[in-house]
Amino acid sequence: MADELLPRHEEFGLAKADQSKVPITDHSSASFPKQLLGFWVTFKTMFKKVNTVQYPEVKEPTAERFHGRHQLNRHPDGLEKCIGCELCAWACPADAIYVEGADNKEGEQFSPGERYGKVYQINYLRCIFCGLCIEACPTRALTMTNEYELADSTRGKLIFEKDDLLGPLRAGMVPPPHPMYPNTDDGNYYRGEVTGSHPSQGVAKDD
Amino acid sequence: MSIQELSTEQAVEMITCVIDGFEVTVPKGTLVIRAAEKLGIQIPRFCDHPLLAPAGACRQCLVDIEINGRAFPKPQASCTIPVENGMVVKTQLTSPVADKAQKGIMELLLINHPLDCPVCDKGGECPLQNQAMSNGRGESRFEGVKRTFEKPVAISSQVLLDRERCVLCARCTRFSEQIAGDPFITLNERGALQQVGIYEDEPFDSYYSGNTVQICPVGALTGTSYRFRARPFDLVSTDSACEHCASGCAMRTDVRRGKTLRRLAGEDASVNEEWNCDKGRWAFKYEVAKNRITTPLIRDANGQLQEASWPEALAAAAAGLKDARAGVLVGGRATVEDAYGYSKFARVTLGTNNIDFRSRSHSDEELDFLSTVSTNATYKDIDNADHVVLINFEPEDESPIVFLRIYKQVHKRAIKVTSIASLASRGSEKLNANLVKTAPGNEVASINSVTDLTGKSVVLVGERASETQGALSAVAKLVKESGAKLGWVPRRAGERGAIAAGAMPNSLPGNRLISDAAARVDIATAWAVDSLPSATGLSTQEIINSDLQAVVIGGVDPMDISPDAKLKLSKKFIVSLEIRQSDITEIAAVVLPVAAVVEKSGSFVDWQGKVRKFEAAVEQSLNRSDVRIISMLADEIGKPINLPTVKSARVELESIGNWDGAKPEMKSTVSNSTKSVGPEEAILSSWRNLLDKGSLQDGEENLAGTARGSVIVISKSRASYLGVKENDLVRVSNNYGAVTLPCAIGDIEESTVWVPRNSLNSQLIRNLGVVSNSVVKVAKA
Repeated sequence: MADELLPRHEEFGLAKADQSKVPITDHSSASFPKQLLGFWVTFKTMFKKVNTVQYPEVKEPTAERFHGRHQLNRHPDGLEKCIGCELCAWACPADAIYVEGADNKEGEQFSPGERYGKVYQINYLRCIFCGLCIEACPTRALTMTNEYELADSTRGKLIFEKDDLLGPLRAGMVPPPHPMYPNTDDGNYYRGEVTGSHPSQGVAKDD
Repeated sequence: MSIQELSTEQAVEMITCVIDGFEVTVPKGTLVIRAAEKLGIQIPRFCDHPLLAPAGACRQCLVDIEINGRAFPKPQASCTIPVENGMVVKTQLTSPVADKAQKGIMELLLINHPLDCPVCDKGGECPLQNQAMSNGRGESRFEGVKRTFEKPVAISSQVLLDRERCVLCARCTRFSEQIAGDPFITLNERGALQQVGIYEDEPFDSYYSGNTVQICPVGALTGTSYRFRARPFDLVSTDSACEHCASGCAMRTDVRRGKTLRRLAGEDASVNEEWNCDKGRWAFKYEVAKNRITTPLIRDANGQLQEASWPEALAAAAAGLKDARAGVLVGGRATVEDAYGYSKFARVTLGTNNIDFRSRSHSDEELDFLSTVSTNATYKDIDNADHVVLINFEPEDESPIVFLRIYKQVHKRAIKVTSIASLASRGSEKLNANLVKTAPGNEVASINSVTDLTGKSVVLVGERASETQGALSAVAKLVKESGAKLGWVPRRAGERGAIAAGAMPNSLPGNRLISDAAARVDIATAWAVDSLPSATGLSTQEIINSDLQAVVIGGVDPMDISPDAKLKLSKKFIVSLEIRQSDITEIAAVVLPVAAVVEKSGSFVDWQGKVRKFEAAVEQSLNRSDVRIISMLADEIGKPINLPTVKSARVELESIGNWDGAKPEMKSTVSNSTKSVGPEEAILSSWRNLLDKGSLQDGEENLAGTARGSVIVISKSRASYLGVKENDLVRVSNNYGAVTLPCAIGDIEESTVWVPRNSLNSQLIRNLGVVSNSVVKVAKA
């Protein structure tokens, strides 16, 4: 019975540990300096820089390209970059993204061009932070931030809606819906030729 | 011409040729591209479509061809060249020249094609995307400025045109001209500026415009209601059948997360080929209407409907039906299985033959016609017909795929079409029909005047024939004497199935007459009951007028029958099986919610008698078809019908089979005298337009936008008598009410006025109390 409970080394292709080569087998007084030598490592470490981070009181910055929470970006005038094309959902290996597109109607323009993302959800219970969605996005609307604090108490809270994912309105941006910059088309936006909002688009956020 | 079509005709010369080193033998006239398909060799193409005439517009299908050792100097379009003996074809697979030519064509097509695939609805199921990957260059060498157009342009309320994406394949224009006969869309301009367009003042209001969206090989034509709603990988597709009319189209229903997003025409060469009508394609929003009923309802002491549990509601319904003199109104939209459930329920549980599926004007003559005269015409017969006779039947409005089939032969062979109708409708003008102008009520004389019918002729009679006494007897006589094929084409999808299921007062399942004792014994044995009621039951109108205490009602709108039907029914104990709140649920004592077509399985029977099975398109639906509810209700009453599932009903009905015994002849009914009208009076004629106020079209505004305008059609002489011009308001009235609409001056029988039966501002039973064959006053409004 007891035999069965012992690790069966042979079964796993491992040789039994050779008892004769275990370092401290000598319990005579002559071994004391050897043991001190062992404690030297501990002693030396006491003077090294401490690696432990006092999280959550202290937060270290992540690596620059860390795959954190997603963000839906905006054009410089505040319009959303997302066109609701669902390529991110298509690329997603975990089926974590749900998108519904809709028509930009006259007087109700959310993104440049014809189409915008009406519903945008990322399910962080499923997301594996692989970043394929970012690669798939044709308008650079979807990028990843470095934010990693995503734990929460319910499953529902871990499905992020479009409002949760949209990037903040920065100075000079007008909250959509609003018309496109005068005399531009979606091509101008994609080429980065629109650099701010125009008074005709609405009241810009000042900083 | 497709291979199937060619091979069915007899004694076709066969041609042998070599494609990519493989020998293939095909009927003479087969195109090279089609012969290659037979070998499994896919040549890329955009403009080629098996049901449209070759155009050679896109040039994508270039191949190298040599005949008897003599090669064409340049690659040829394989979609326009028929095979010949000794032909050696090398496609892109074996000829570097053909491959390079195809890549060059693709590069040219893509020069002006915008890179907006992420925005485009076609993205993911786009032949241009796919073939650019399989037969195109990896990178574009074009560095110029792309041609741009304003986008999108709404060419009708339901179709959007994006000219930038168009590759000028002319599929849409060829479809509109050759298949639908509505050439409202055409190629304008020439050269680099060539573009698809519509006429200035005429939108693309064809009943078949949705097909152009489906066959467009790029995203140039897209549907408004599906715009930006989903990607192909979101959708779960189910083969289904259309619930709108008796044409019986095969359909594909695409569902995303339990919600129908679009329906496409399915393929069935013996029914709808690859087409369907806009109603079948776009009218499905009624399933998600706000007034869907989700729980059983019971009327309380205060007369209010209260939500209830299923056991409560079934008990309440059973209490009201048990031992009551009762009847059943099935409605014309039930599946065969549901109709069979109602039929068995009426006989076994209620012990009566008071059951009728007809919720429209009807007659005893019609009942006799339906139970004794066999109809044998099919779509195939229309394909081979020498003469098609339409009697009180407007195929374009009442069964649009029948129209397409007749139009195909009119376009191809110029076959003779005769229409017995009050006026030259747009449909009969397109069919170039020989119109026998007939005032409603006078059809018998016109039917008797039809000559030169042969065994290859097809007589198609509509449900409106029941509105004229003697018309159906005359039709039966005409067919019997001439040997022509006969088709009875009802408007609703469930009517032929209801006849097969015996949901009518004089017949049992499988066309067994109740008056025949042997037939009754047959069914009693199958149902394991001692006997069946032997007296012929009451028809719909009789059930409504009778003193029956209780009525079980399926999908019936009382306003389809008579103006006082609702009032009369409200005095009875009503059990309503409905999907949405309706006039019947307003007066019902118990309402039991049932499934819409996408949520259940079942089958319809089309006008040919062909069974059209379909499965539930919405996953995890309860498949709460009427027959399941009816079976539970029968259990509750204590006289079970044992049909717990749709499948069990189907199996039982199939095992019963059709009656093979003798049948009586149809009793001949004599027509009544014709009406005389004064100068300010007219005989009312009407039918339902395809797109109208029908309850299954609710909630789809884009579709309603292409409905034909409501107009009163009067003759030229009446117009001059009334002193009105085209579009002036005219008022049609009787003692019950009036309809006032703009007038159209048309080729109409002098004593007749035509008004749409159920269109905007013109719902005849509501407004006039009658639908046809009645004298009304006509005046300038």
